[in-house]
Amino acid sequence: MTETAIEFVDVVKRYGSATAVDRISFSIARGELVTFLGPSGCGKTTSLRLIAGLELPSEGQVKIAGRDVSRDPASERNVGMVFQSYALFPHMTVLENVAYGPTIRGVAKAEARDRAHAILDQVGLAGLEARLPSELSGGQQQRVAVARAIVQQPDVLLFDEPLSNVDAKLRRKVRAEIRDLQQRFGLTAVYVTHDQEEALAVSDRIVVMKMGQIAQIGTPAELYERPASAFVADFIGDANLIEGRVEAGKFHAAHLALPIGAESGKVTATIRPERIRLAPGGIATILSASYLGSRMEYVVQDEDLEFLVSRPISEPRLTAGDKVDLQIDPADLILVR
Amino acid sequence: MARISLTSDRAGAAWLGLLALSLTALPWYKGAGLLAGPAASALAEALSGRGWFWPLIAAALALGAVALTRGWQVSRLALGLTLAAAFLYVWQGFAVGLRGPSSDWVGGVFARAAEGQTGLGWGGFLAGVALVGLLSDLVAARGFCRGERFASFCITAIVALLTTFVFFPILKLGLAAFVDTEGNLALATFWARLSAPDLWGVACFTGGGRCGVVVNTVVLGVLSATLATALGLALALLVNRTDFRMKRALRAISILPIITPPFVVGVAIILLFGRTGLVTGFVADLMEVRPTRWVYGLPGILIAQVLAFAPVTFLVLLSTLEAINPTLEEASRTLGARAMTTFRTVTWPLLRPGLAAAFLLAFIESLADFGNPIVLGGGYEVLSVKIFFAVVGARYDLGNAATLAMILLALTLIAFWLQMRWMGKKSYVTVTGKSDAGLAAPLPPILKIGVLAVVLPWVLFTLAVYIIIAVGGFVTDVGRWDLTPTLGHLSTAFRFEFAETGLELYGSAWDSMITTLWVAGIAAPLTTLVGILTAWLVARQDFAGRRAFEFGTMLSFAIPGTVVGVSYVAAFNVPPVDITGTAAILIICFIFRNMPVGMRAGLAALAQIDKSMEEASQTMGAGGGTTLRRVVLPLIRPAVFTALVYSFVTAMTAVSAVIFLVSARHNMATAYIMGRVEAGEYALAIAYSAVLMIVMILCVVVIQFLVGTRKLGRRQELQGRTAAEPAE
Ligand SMILES: Nc1ncnc2c1ncn2[C@@H]1O[C@H](COP(=O)(O)OP(=O)(O)O)[C@@H](O)[C@H]1O
Ligand SMILES: [Mg+2]
Repeated sequence: MTETAIEFVDVVKRYGSATAVDRISFSIARGELVTFLGPSGCGKTTSLRLIAGLELPSEGQVKIAGRDVSRDPASERNVGMVFQSYALFPHMTVLENVAYGPTIRGVAKAEARDRAHAILDQVGLAGLEARLPSELSGGQQQRVAVARAIVQQPDVLLFDEPLSNVDAKLRRKVRAEIRDLQQRFGLTAVYVTHDQEEALAVSDRIVVMKMGQIAQIGTPAELYERPASAFVADFIGDANLIEGRVEAGKFHAAHLALPIGAESGKVTATIRPERIRLAPGGIATILSASYLGSRMEYVVQDEDLEFLVSRPISEPRLTAGDKVDLQIDPADLILVR
Repeated sequence: MARISLTSDRAGAAWLGLLALSLTALPWYKGAGLLAGPAASALAEALSGRGWFWPLIAAALALGAVALTRGWQVSRLALGLTLAAAFLYVWQGFAVGLRGPSSDWVGGVFARAAEGQTGLGWGGFLAGVALVGLLSDLVAARGFCRGERFASFCITAIVALLTTFVFFPILKLGLAAFVDTEGNLALATFWARLSAPDLWGVACFTGGGRCGVVVNTVVLGVLSATLATALGLALALLVNRTDFRMKRALRAISILPIITPPFVVGVAIILLFGRTGLVTGFVADLMEVRPTRWVYGLPGILIAQVLAFAPVTFLVLLSTLEAINPTLEEASRTLGARAMTTFRTVTWPLLRPGLAAAFLLAFIESLADFGNPIVLGGGYEVLSVKIFFAVVGARYDLGNAATLAMILLALTLIAFWLQMRWMGKKSYVTVTGKSDAGLAAPLPPILKIGVLAVVLPWVLFTLAVYIIIAVGGFVTDVGRWDLTPTLGHLSTAFRFEFAETGLELYGSAWDSMITTLWVAGIAAPLTTLVGILTAWLVARQDFAGRRAFEFGTMLSFAIPGTVVGVSYVAAFNVPPVDITGTAAILIICFIFRNMPVGMRAGLAALAQIDKSMEEASQTMGAGGGTTLRRVVLPLIRPAVFTALVYSFVTAMTAVSAVIFLVSARHNMATAYIMGRVEAGEYALAIAYSAVLMIVMILCVVVIQFLVGTRKLGRRQELQGRTAAEPAE
């Protein structure tokens, strides 16, 4: 078993009467990159700040490297944080920004500068040490922020929506850089985002949050293939949520009747759009067809149910009004709460 | 539960050590030098029979035992013991007064209590500091201020200081109102004082006789605030709504009253309009009427106050006018309304909240004003002056002064409360940020003429006053139009010689000038420190009771200087905090009176700075203090500069509280000037004032040089990012 870097035990954070984080527990292994994913206001940032020590829990324990740090202020924890706004000190040069942490922690000035130089080299900012942050581009500023956060070899590196200030086109590149850096330095990292695609791309594991609670924890594949709830299924990728009932080992909804190993009663099942196949000449109707370049997307009506279906562009195209037959492999059907 | 061992919690250990030191090794009472050492410590005093120290010492011992044997636990026990020690510390100070025990049972238990005790000295002071430190450390360990020790200490310390130097004196003064001259509780006396006819009389309205002092004060306040608001409005309209392009000059003039020493404007008015005044004489000759003393009383005070407060109302109304979105007025005019109709139906209603704010501000200032009424009042008595004479005059009556002070305080707080309510509503004036399109509607011609008719006399008058201040001290007698240049007045005040023994200062004003510079020089940085710290705590720390904390600091600003002065007299010339007659009381008084200005400047500056920069600093290992010093202060330098300059200049020119606190050893410039004015030595007073103004300007230049106002270049840098730029 790998070493635990961070552990939350029944952590609650209240602001007055509002509860931002509502009794969550999880642990993060060393060297892992974990994302907090969820809609805005679900408590991701608060959880991150609880790790950093910028907030103290109202209840429960926060442990870093096995030590209970619940009552320790940020300055007494060993964390690095990359802020959404980068938070570079405008009155210090790039080098002074990066050397700030080591200097504060008592490293001799010359030594601190050497370390800062080394890290700036690593993140590809050599030669810009004497500039002020205002003289850098957005991407360069972000790299300074990262350099500043990792120069002290923190127990954990925290990112709060690091791509939100990056040009849409560059996001893919920057997130690959972050992932690469994290692996190269073997850092434990926690990454906050509300973008599921970003989360799927960078994470070892994802913590999906909803209204201050954890909806599900798992690897990207686990979450996509075996969502534990309709919320998770819907939030991670696209999903068709089908209300139906199970009778005599079969799931019934509209004209569907699929064999399934579940007890009788009302249930909700989900199925991914790309898992539904369409054959011409059925009783369902295509309501709309959209050409998306790499694939076709159809909205198909079967009785009072509507299905989102995604098909490769190589298949014969259908148009609105066509009659089709919905074909679903029962193994792709996932029952959720 | 988290355990912090004594060795890891160095701060806690240090505070505990300081507590032990202050109880056993330092002289507890004042007067004894530090060298008196252990022999005069609380422990030694307790051993020699002053038994009222034992409970405190016992609590401290128990605290030490808990810390050493069970570790410095985050337990209720340590916190409880610290609170108990703090209570016992305060109790021992009040249980035994200067002349004996404060209650019979204390006298019964401790025989030596009959001897009484003097004020706290080094030991007593440091014990208080240590207890504040311990308390802040323990609550931080329990999560107060997110565990930030520095912030926790600052909050605890500032609360302790505000309690001691703002609320305790006011409370003590309030109690004094209910006590008769023998020191017994006497509600009847209080009622008699409160209902005295010379307070509430309205005979001046019904014809014949004078009004009561409260009525006088309110009438003066209302008239003065109305006129000052009207003048301020005229100035603001002139700057914002006409092609008059002297905005900078007007802003500069509006700073003048701040650096003008008190009394001197009053003196200038006397020299112009007094019975033998220049204008009076001129008019009397012209019209062949007999000169009168009309200016003494309400008219004179009114003129002086309007002159002093108009700049404030001007600034308030100017910002209100600038906030009005011109498109609103444009819309009205495109709908066909005439300029006058637009002004009446659109501009004026939008101005009303600003007018109310300006009025209340001027009203509060008028209530607090002491310098003008005492010079120009004649027979017209106002509360601040009456309070002064009840304490300083021949008929010393603290109870009466306290009653009057409470009335003045109540009036001020009502106005302050109204103002807070008005400002709090954030009214409908504020329209999105900048006025994006269009120009402000020019003033209708009739109004423009009206505005000029108000402003021009004001400009002439201000000029006349300041010309008199500029030349009055350097000519033989400006009041009699004897303009022979002379350095005689200056030499009376500031004569010096280079004798064999070195520089010899003979002038009568040197003492007060040097004291003033010292006191202001020490008070200004401390005031700035407390003000900026408070702003930082309020803006950046999330702690229980933050609202109350903020309100408390602002409230201390609302208390009129005269009330602060008497309250200090009531509170601090007896133990446990016996500091009357020292320079310290002056410095402390300035710190807590002026700190809210530094706080406001700090709050405004901090609002411009992204909080995450400080959080970044914290995650990199910097505590609150380091973050403040290395990240925050460099970024809010202009606010630090403002706070320093303001607190320095105010300390140099303040009078209403100071006048109660000066002593023969520590006289202040303003008190000296007041003495000269009372003696009729106007030229000397003016000469001194002129010198004072020059010294202040020089000092401001020095401060500017020391602090600098290094600009950070582009504005957005202050936000800590340049996010919007496309990357690479
Ligand atoms: N300092 C605070 N005071 C009061 N409420 C807060 C504070 N910080 C966050 N909240 C509330 O807590 C909830 C979670 O906030 P946050 O963690 O910032 O969400 P997320 O980052 O997931 O968008 C929100 O409802 C927010 O309004
Ligand atoms: Mg967030």
